[in-house]
Amino acid sequence: MNPVLKLLLEGSRLDTAQMAQVLNLSEAEINGQLAALKHQGILLGWSPILNLPDEEAGLVCAVIEVRITPERGGGFNRLAERISRFDEVESCYLMSGGYDLLVFVNGKSLQRVAAFVSEKLSTIEGVLSTATHFMLRSYKEQGFLIEGKKEENERLKVAP
Amino acid sequence: MDQSHYIAKHVAGLPKSGIRDFFDIVARMKDAISLGVGEPDFDTPWHIREAGIYALEKGKTHYTSNLGLIELRRAISKYVEKHFQVAYAPENEVLITVGVSEALDLACRALINPGDKVMYHQPCYVSYHPGVALAHGVAVPVPTFARDNFALTVDALRTAWQPGCKMLMLNLPCNPTGGTCDRAQVEAIARFAVEKDLIVLSDEIYSELTFEGEHTSIASLPSMKERAIFLHGFSKAFAMTGWRIGYACGPAPLIEAMMKVHQYSMLCASIISQEAAIEALLRGEEAMKKMREQYHRRRDFIVRRFNEIGLKCHLPRGSFYAFPDVSSTGLGERDFAIGLLEAEKVAIVPGSAFGENGKGFCRACFATSYEQLIEAAKRMERHVQNLAAKK
Repeated sequence: MNPVLKLLLEGSRLDTAQMAQVLNLSEAEINGQLAALKHQGILLGWSPILNLPDEEAGLVCAVIEVRITPERGGGFNRLAERISRFDEVESCYLMSGGYDLLVFVNGKSLQRVAAFVSEKLSTIEGVLSTATHFMLRSYKEQGFLIEGKKEENERLKVAP
Repeated sequence: MDQSHYIAKHVAGLPKSGIRDFFDIVARMKDAISLGVGEPDFDTPWHIREAGIYALEKGKTHYTSNLGLIELRRAISKYVEKHFQVAYAPENEVLITVGVSEALDLACRALINPGDKVMYHQPCYVSYHPGVALAHGVAVPVPTFARDNFALTVDALRTAWQPGCKMLMLNLPCNPTGGTCDRAQVEAIARFAVEKDLIVLSDEIYSELTFEGEHTSIASLPSMKERAIFLHGFSKAFAMTGWRIGYACGPAPLIEAMMKVHQYSMLCASIISQEAAIEALLRGEEAMKKMREQYHRRRDFIVRRFNEIGLKCHLPRGSFYAFPDVSSTGLGERDFAIGLLEAEKVAIVPGSAFGENGKGFCRACFATSYEQLIEAAKRMERHVQNLAAKK
């Protein structure tokens, strides 16, 4: 496996200079490898994982179960891609089970999310039904625990 | 009143641990980057911790069998057979101990008569020599050298051997050097042990952290199971240092003798930790492999940096320690370590804390984050350059 990819998978958030040091490559080589990963569609982009204070976040998050009609030749893809293009949609997955698409939506307010669902999403030709669940609180975000207060876990400085 | 005359002579005669000594100095230093620890930087994987919590919830708060929970002994037996190619009966050839340190102590106390000689390679973990001395034995050091990547050689064993030697203690891969032996070298050591009729105490706590080649347990070699006690534990590979669970596997009469000492001194290891250890063996290998991969990359980085800085460092084949030679700076290992701590706030451990043969070297543990390793290497480079400028 690409060594840069391995390092990214470890979850350590090193800048390119640090990656270069760890892997004994030049920064230009690291940038080249990152560019190649992007070109191959493996590395999609960078996005900080935040736990903003409520007053700054001001975001309403909803999970929407969407039932759609599959189409000849493309199945669910055309509709799923169309829905995914909305800025409000953070993630979109095709699911097995009682519904077809699981859509994560962010909006500035409850009204905006509701408006997105009723005016945009459910009016698309082929969308059969939607069920919207608003998120109340997040406990873990993309592998990161959201803890009230981080416990300091002090290791001994010297041990045999 | 002077109470010192109450202290037993063989205890009073033990040297103060060089690590303890150095710890006191480091403890006074705020915000130092420490490469001085001897444990993983990872917390125990959550599923293992959760198994400990579950054990408490289910009321597992009682003594276990002196040998340890049979479920854990069975899991250990399977694990050791799969990874070390030697089969032990869970009923009477496996003993659960409070860390490998206790297993080591039990073996010394169960097997050493006063005056018996015990060979051990050095530099080595700080407990070997005192462990022998506390059992009224005589420790016979066998040097290992940087030129051999700190592998133990039969030549060194032969030179150090003397009449009265009864036991050979091995720690491969080794704390603090990271040195280990390949299969041919282990086979040669085994032949030597048979020739001299030595019982072998093999502490293989770092075996999962072998980066080059396969780890070979001496107990797995033909005719060695009968004269070897295999010691292992959960601290390093599963990041479980604080749980204090180790184990000894060996011929039933020897395990029985060790169990006697254990029974009268410790009774049994903590049941909560034993329950967590079962979970580690059943479902912990994936997390362990991930940790090993990270140690591997960190090792390659720090060893390369030490050599770039001018601190000659062999490639440790196992463990999470690098053992650079600091003599090129013109300073002894202790002065170098103290100077580095005071000038740059980086803590490493002087090699002499691990015995005479560690002189001129320092131990740097690379079980810490890349950011810390990068910063520590930068500061060490600056320190070495400053020392050179002063020369």
